Amino acid sequence: MRHLLSIEDLGADGIEEVLRLTDSFVEVSERRIPKVPTLRGKTVVSLFYEDSTRTRLSFESAAKRLSADTMNFSVSTSSVKKGESLRDTVLTIEAMGVDAIVVRHGSAGVPWQVAQWVDAAVINAGDGWHEHPTQALLDCYTIRERFGSLRDKRIAIVGDVKHSRVARSDVLAFTALGAHVTLVAPPTLLPPSLEGWPVEVSHDLDSVLPKLDVVYLLRMQKERQTEALLPSLREYTATYGLTRDRARLLGEQALVMHPGPMNRGVEIAAEVADLPNAVITRQVANGVAVRMAVLFLLLAAEGDARV
Amino acid sequence: MRVSEVVLKGGEVVDEAGRRRADVVIDADGRIAAIGDDLSAARTVDCGGCVISPGLVDLHTHLREPGREEAETIETGSRAAALGGYTAVVAMPNTEPAIDSPGVVREVLELGAKATCEVFPAAAITVGRLGEQLVPMAELAALGVRIFTDDGSGVQDSRLMRRALEYASALGITLAQHCEDAGLSQGGHMHEGAWSSRLGIPGIPAEAEELMVARDIALGRLTGAPVHFLHLSTAGSVELVRQAKAKGLRVTAEAAPHHFTLTHAEVASYDPVFKVNPPLRGDHDVAAVKAGLADGTIDAIATDHAPHPQEAKEAAFDEAPCGMLGLETALSLAISELGLPIERVLALLSWQPARIAGLENHGGPVVEGRPANLTVIDPTTTWTVDPSRLASRSRNTPYAGRSMTGRVRHTFLRGEPVVLDGEAQR
Repeated sequence: MRHLLSIEDLGADGIEEVLRLTDSFVEVSERRIPKVPTLRGKTVVSLFYEDSTRTRLSFESAAKRLSADTMNFSVSTSSVKKGESLRDTVLTIEAMGVDAIVVRHGSAGVPWQVAQWVDAAVINAGDGWHEHPTQALLDCYTIRERFGSLRDKRIAIVGDVKHSRVARSDVLAFTALGAHVTLVAPPTLLPPSLEGWPVEVSHDLDSVLPKLDVVYLLRMQKERQTEALLPSLREYTATYGLTRDRARLLGEQALVMHPGPMNRGVEIAAEVADLPNAVITRQVANGVAVRMAVLFLLLAAEGDARV
Repeated sequence: MRVSEVVLKGGEVVDEAGRRRADVVIDADGRIAAIGDDLSAARTVDCGGCVISPGLVDLHTHLREPGREEAETIETGSRAAALGGYTAVVAMPNTEPAIDSPGVVREVLELGAKATCEVFPAAAITVGRLGEQLVPMAELAALGVRIFTDDGSGVQDSRLMRRALEYASALGITLAQHCEDAGLSQGGHMHEGAWSSRLGIPGIPAEAEELMVARDIALGRLTGAPVHFLHLSTAGSVELVRQAKAKGLRVTAEAAPHHFTLTHAEVASYDPVFKVNPPLRGDHDVAAVKAGLADGTIDAIATDHAPHPQEAKEAAFDEAPCGMLGLETALSLAISELGLPIERVLALLSWQPARIAGLENHGGPVVEGRPANLTVIDPTTTWTVDPSRLASRSRNTPYAGRSMTGRVRHTFLRGEPVVLDGEAQR
């Protein structure tokens, strides 16, 4: 594998490989000095066209624990408007000598374009509404950590699937590992076509919750009510929010997950986010180890010492 | 370069009257002087194995001049047109400034007079294509403008479109609509469907086009004015036009080669060369456009040749402009992909569009006394598209590396050989 652009690049075997490697990096992260020399001399640059402190920090921390050098190229909207093209920016960065480029962009497909222009490994850290493969990997890892496997697990992804890169990558990853996925959302927040998606769809969260092993809540953005996708956030919370009452419908073992940042009180009640089965901060912790595994897979040459 | 007298030898003449083996002599005035067997002249141009057709006519060319000369000029665009077999093109008015006043019409006509094909400016329907105030239609019609369109966007206001059609009906001109309901298409960058959902790119539903096709059929009925539909791309649009024609309404329609050769699956590459408006649609739309071309519902193949400089197409998909080149590949795609006899292909590319645009000197029968606007086509040769060898100033063809059948061998504009053996002569 040269790049990580989509979960589809990995397939079930590739995902399993990342998860197995992650086990060893979780162990590294728990050491007193959580650092290994594996990627010494390699340079990883974050090229973020969108603000995303948490994903950027997670990648940066993963690279540093592997002893790679890190650079940060934050492109604010204003400097894009100064006129440098995407291609020129990317070629400029590559000219500085980098081994991996971690790309976040508001437009779907940009990591694919970047991968065509450079020799460095490209990691998709989120492209528009399209994919966010490392988020899906850390979600798989977190579920596997609790249940041992995703096979035959029942997972509902609830909320704004239409605009969610997390949902697209999660559907691909969860189903590749044998889970059953149900999308729960009002029709306006589902993709216009689900042709070829191996999922079920429901508009009734209450009927879905009791059967679940995992309820995965997506962030609801306030703009959605001004785009006539929703009458109001209040109505969304009433029908699709994981309120305290609704959380009681969940089985005892069922996990509550969220990619962050949460809108407490909108898609998830504050008390629910703090329940023992809410593994939201565990997701964040696992994110670093998963990203270490991805960087290792892409950058460690044959024969490099394992962890 | 003027030739004293030239004979096109060994070809088969194909025009609206049918097909026949004949040599064609062009005189020093650029007119057809004789048609018959075994003719000779001072100079002979070999047409063995080829079809001699009235010159092709493109109803939909973006020549970009004035204002966007980094993408195309009237000179480079008309050279591409001649190489594609066109002797006449209708230049779309979404230039900068828009073709909406006598001054800009005159500028385009003046530059077009030196070009290697005839350039007929279309004018906007509304000033600045803003959809608010009608252009001086009578004044522009007097300068020779026959097609009016706000192409690039549709006229959204139904009341304004009704008035435009009513006003136009007295002038012998045709209004051409880019059918797109702006509310429904807002924010979209590709066809809405399975691929847009999967790729995470905001979509444009087929209904955004079909709503305006349906509206303008109704407005055409209300006003009695002719309506021409630009670049039909959906099965629903084709069916609406088919029904309107069955009722005897004065509607005509065109389709672009990319809408009968490519689908939205191409966008999976995220290459903005596949971004176009209307967007590439589904398999069933492609089949419907082909069927519409075959059964006469769609009257013309029009290129929607839309050059963009390299840097504009190296942006993210949702930030890149819409449009693809078309002039140098349209004929070959029609021959390769439609499965129609050559005389049907040429009807769609020459005499039917000439009639819609009201062009007297193009597309007419190959007979004595007519201006020698002729295209000589080798219908069986195969070739592969190499973007670097195109005459257009831009390179945004979606067909790079694609092999096609049929190619222009010679093009004559008013008797002048502007293309000989596939090479532009100036």
